[in-house]
Amino acid sequence: MPNNKITGAEALMRSLENEGVTTLFGYPGGAIMPSYDALYDHRSTLNHILVRHEQGAVHAAQGYARVSGKVGCAIVTSGPGAMNTVTGVADAMIDSTPLVVICGQVGAAFLGTDAFQEVDVIGVTQPITKWNFQIRRAEDVAWAVSRAFYIAKSGRPGPVVLDFTKNAQTSLVDYEPKRVDFIRSYLPVPQMDENAIKAAAKMINHSERPFMLVGQGVELGDARTELRELIEKANIPVGCTMLGLSALPSDHPLNKGMLGMHGNLGPNVLTNQCDLLIAVGMRFDDRVTGNINTYARQAKVIHFEIDPSEVNKNVHADLAVLGDCKQTLAAVTKHVQPADNSLWISRFTPYEQQEKEKVIEPAIHPKEGPLLMGEVVRRVSELTQNKAILVTDVGQNQLFGCRYFKFTEGRSVLTSGGCGTMGFGLPAAIGATFGAPERTVCLFVGDGGLQMTIQEFGTIMEQHTPVKIILLNNIYLGNVRQWQYLFFRKRYSFTPMLNPDYEKIAEGYGIPARTIVERAELDSAIDEMLHTDGPFLLQCAVMEEDNVLPMTPPGANVDEMMLEIN
Amino acid sequence: MTRYSNKGGHCGACETCGKCDARDISKCPESIIPYTIITYSENFAGILNQITAVFTRRQVNIESLNVCSSSTPGVHKYTITCFCTEETVQLITKQIEKKIDVLQARYYVSDQIYIQEVALFKLSTPRLLEQSDISLTIRQHSAKIVEVNETYSIVTLTGLPGDIDSLFASLESFDCVLQFVRSGAIAVTKNRRELLDEYLENLGIDH
Repeated sequence: MPNNKITGAEALMRSLENEGVTTLFGYPGGAIMPSYDALYDHRSTLNHILVRHEQGAVHAAQGYARVSGKVGCAIVTSGPGAMNTVTGVADAMIDSTPLVVICGQVGAAFLGTDAFQEVDVIGVTQPITKWNFQIRRAEDVAWAVSRAFYIAKSGRPGPVVLDFTKNAQTSLVDYEPKRVDFIRSYLPVPQMDENAIKAAAKMINHSERPFMLVGQGVELGDARTELRELIEKANIPVGCTMLGLSALPSDHPLNKGMLGMHGNLGPNVLTNQCDLLIAVGMRFDDRVTGNINTYARQAKVIHFEIDPSEVNKNVHADLAVLGDCKQTLAAVTKHVQPADNSLWISRFTPYEQQEKEKVIEPAIHPKEGPLLMGEVVRRVSELTQNKAILVTDVGQNQLFGCRYFKFTEGRSVLTSGGCGTMGFGLPAAIGATFGAPERTVCLFVGDGGLQMTIQEFGTIMEQHTPVKIILLNNIYLGNVRQWQYLFFRKRYSFTPMLNPDYEKIAEGYGIPARTIVERAELDSAIDEMLHTDGPFLLQCAVMEEDNVLPMTPPGANVDEMMLEIN
Repeated sequence: MTRYSNKGGHCGACETCGKCDARDISKCPESIIPYTIITYSENFAGILNQITAVFTRRQVNIESLNVCSSSTPGVHKYTITCFCTEETVQLITKQIEKKIDVLQARYYVSDQIYIQEVALFKLSTPRLLEQSDISLTIRQHSAKIVEVNETYSIVTLTGLPGDIDSLFASLESFDCVLQFVRSGAIAVTKNRRELLDEYLENLGIDH
């Protein structure tokens, strides 16, 4: 080529390499073809995973990002390709997942003319991205890509969409690598305030009944150690949000379990009895708080947050400790006094016993009756020594999965929290196997959600992706059915599922599969699944009308959990 | 302060409802009063859309909106007025400032800023000549007649939004208004410190 000029598409590939990208998930199409042509020469460094639908590309990139801590990257074409990524982008936004999605776009001269496969991607994704940008000139590629990765991964992570016009991909440019690590209008991490640190320590030292809520922020901030040091020094019991479940080992004595609508009894009830509520990297979602007007009103609230707009959004904070929790937690630990809160901590015990007796034991060690989701989840967890990555879809599989899977390592929960995206599980699990190739990835998925992205069996076939798929088949859209049972007078409006033969579908894709109905087969089947090299589909015919318990009914107070259904 | 975001019900935070000790309606966080949000952003395309989307999501109407370049090169200034609770304006302001290319967003109540607005009135000249009270009203409001021809006359008024409301109401009563337009409020803060300049200086950026 003359003058060492390269195309914008080639500049994109070099920029991605420059950002340390090694894996990208995508699907080619008209407006992104020049970039795919450039990618062809970079196959040795950029491992492109061809998915079977663009939604799969984004969810896979999310899975990759969440387990690895790196930025997930997806590349798709314009119009329908870009639109198919929208669900995943919204999901990444609410769950703070670092993502860069590159969409093709029609040539700049065609913009606004309703050209073939033209959609206003910038307009559509504006409210669901941390940042988006239309690259209309090859000269902007290096800057835009670097800025995209910087924004996606810094501060509170989030998705960035780059809308890459065809002319910018084909025109020539003198490429020079760029490194954006400062934007004057963007402060990724608020300055830590020493006064707030001291005030927080004072409040903790004066507290008799402190209780900490741990969210995904601890994982995102890589602050698991700092968290442990603080809670162990000050003896603070902890409840975890769904996305924060693996921020603290499940068997840690101060880990009192999961918060929220289907969380554990003790942490929910005692939220309304503590005198100090310490929230770390969590955002008081309504699924955590229940009725906000009665939520922890007796307690002072400290909110450790990296995003100032989360403070006072749902729950008023008496003290906000802004900053990166890796630093702020460590700083507070220096000022807290060792405390003996054993009397307070012992108050969790009766609730634990009550829940164990009424809910947990019947769910994970049933003596008779059909196979239950809870026991399947617990056995898979145990037979992977609680070291696997839990991926779930959305629904009862997710709630049972998060309740009964146990964790020893960080970055081990991969589930769609804020968005609740059915169909998330399978592609996210694929992405996770690339993000953490040395770990076992176990996906729990229902018969409803699996069909939403089942085409990704094709990706698994092609890549021989070692996803352990545990299909919890109850021939219902189980969670909706549960709500219909409880709140809609048992009118099962379009929740019974007529299902295909999943084993045959798996067989068509060359995925080994097994179906079990009997409890006696469970261990041997899990064993077979774990000892099979590569992917495996384990279909469990579970109880049809099982309910996830305990449950805080929607709108009820956080301490009003139903342990049984009358 | 109310402790919780309590949509759709009165929190009872001031004496007017007798449920707490704020004792002053203007200090009640739940009272709905006019706020002016002054925002500065980089001069990039699409940011106005991002800012207005914050209001849309929270179902708050923008009363007036002015966008112009600021005294700092490359920086745009947005002056937005709306009616809402303090709690809501706090959330809106933080969510605006969270946008990557927004430099700063702050909210003010009316006594913290100096506000002006410009209005143009196009009046029927025959009605103006028939009714001597019309020109009296114009003079009483210190408005200026800037053009007169046999069909229409143009009047301008610069003042507080309330002054403009008042003149418009009077002229409407004479049934002489052909067209009316107002610029939306613009404002400068009464603060002795220049917050945007401080922000930029603290970044060590020579602007």
